[in-house]
Amino acid sequence: MSETANQGAPLAQGDKSGSGGFITTKIEELVNWGRRNALWPMPFGTACCAIEMMATLSSRYDLSRFGAEVIRFSPRQSDLMIVSGRISIKMMPVLIEIYNQMPEPKWCISMGACASSGGVFDTYTLVQGVDQFIPVDVYIPGCPPRPESLIDAVMLIRDKIKRGERQNRLYDRTKHPLDFQPVNLVSDAASGAPTLTGTRHSLPNKDATE
Amino acid sequence: MAVDFKELEKRIREKLGADVLDWTDFRGQACLLVKREAIVRTLLALREDAEGRFDMFTDLTCLDTLRAPDELIPKSGERFVVVYHLTGTESKARIRVKACVPEEPPEIDTATGVYLGANWAEREVFDMFGVVFKGHPDLRRILMPEAYEGHPLRKDYPLKGRGERDNFPKYTEIPEA
Ligand code: SF4
Repeated sequence: MSETANQGAPLAQGDKSGSGGFITTKIEELVNWGRRNALWPMPFGTACCAIEMMATLSSRYDLSRFGAEVIRFSPRQSDLMIVSGRISIKMMPVLIEIYNQMPEPKWCISMGACASSGGVFDTYTLVQGVDQFIPVDVYIPGCPPRPESLIDAVMLIRDKIKRGERQNRLYDRTKHPLDFQPVNLVSDAASGAPTLTGTRHSLPNKDATE
Repeated sequence: MAVDFKELEKRIREKLGADVLDWTDFRGQACLLVKREAIVRTLLALREDAEGRFDMFTDLTCLDTLRAPDELIPKSGERFVVVYHLTGTESKARIRVKACVPEEPPEIDTATGVYLGANWAEREVFDMFGVVFKGHPDLRRILMPEAYEGHPLRKDYPLKGRGERDNFPKYTEIPEA
């Protein structure tokens, strides 16, 4: 019995005789089989999408049916990052830092319109898509996406692992994300940017809405 | 015990004299406009007031009247209006205090000497509107990154920013060898 547990392929109902059998496989496929059936997500929930993520994880939708219920708040122990919510430019270095701390191999789901593209928040403070900074495997549309969509994304990740696909993970780490220095745009008069200290009457009115 | 705002107005006007520029009472919401130089005196007088005892600093906000409708623009022509919200925890009364701050220099005395809780609120107004609170112990940005330039809630600041969000060390793929 102790032998059969490690064989890596389901037995047909009638075959469960209790005696040992064997299968042949490739070591990589065996490892991928393990990986895809025990994803440990790192939830990066910063806004409303995180509520749907919580719903997905809890009993009604029950992500543990797919082996991905062990939510780890430590990046060192996780291999699937779920970015669910708005990421501001102040939060992005934190996200990159956490992503870099996750051990390889790792996957990333960008959940919802905000994480994927900035969503409706086309403002001065919001990152317009986390894929500008970290590699993303699956994007989920929706605002917020339904739990079924997140489950679908996890299934796509599982397919991806099964196929043994790996993204190009060699990204430039020479720039530390916390060295964030926005260019000094205000004093850059040549760029034609409006200056900060306009008076009430000196600015053309069209700037008001831009 | 409800505060009699008529009496309060009398007491405060007596104490501050010409520093009180305006006192409005709209549906039981008292709001007074004071001179910028007198803001600390005013807050102190309200906190020490025997009946009102406005001992809680509820909120601080600011109004940029750039291109605002005329009725919002202060008569004296300043661009910013700093608004203090105070509450008396015993009297259960609330009051608003306004002071106008000009565009150049956008400065007003800090209220941290009167209310310790004003510390972060003033940092937020500084961050968003660029109003400098003179004498503040630690006037740094509180919401935006330290290196950020500009004050995004000013009405002449473009909604999409000036490209700050794109000026990030980006994820760049290195082609596999
Ligand atoms: S996509 Fe919609 S639900 Fe998700 S974080 Fe953005 S606003 Fe919230």
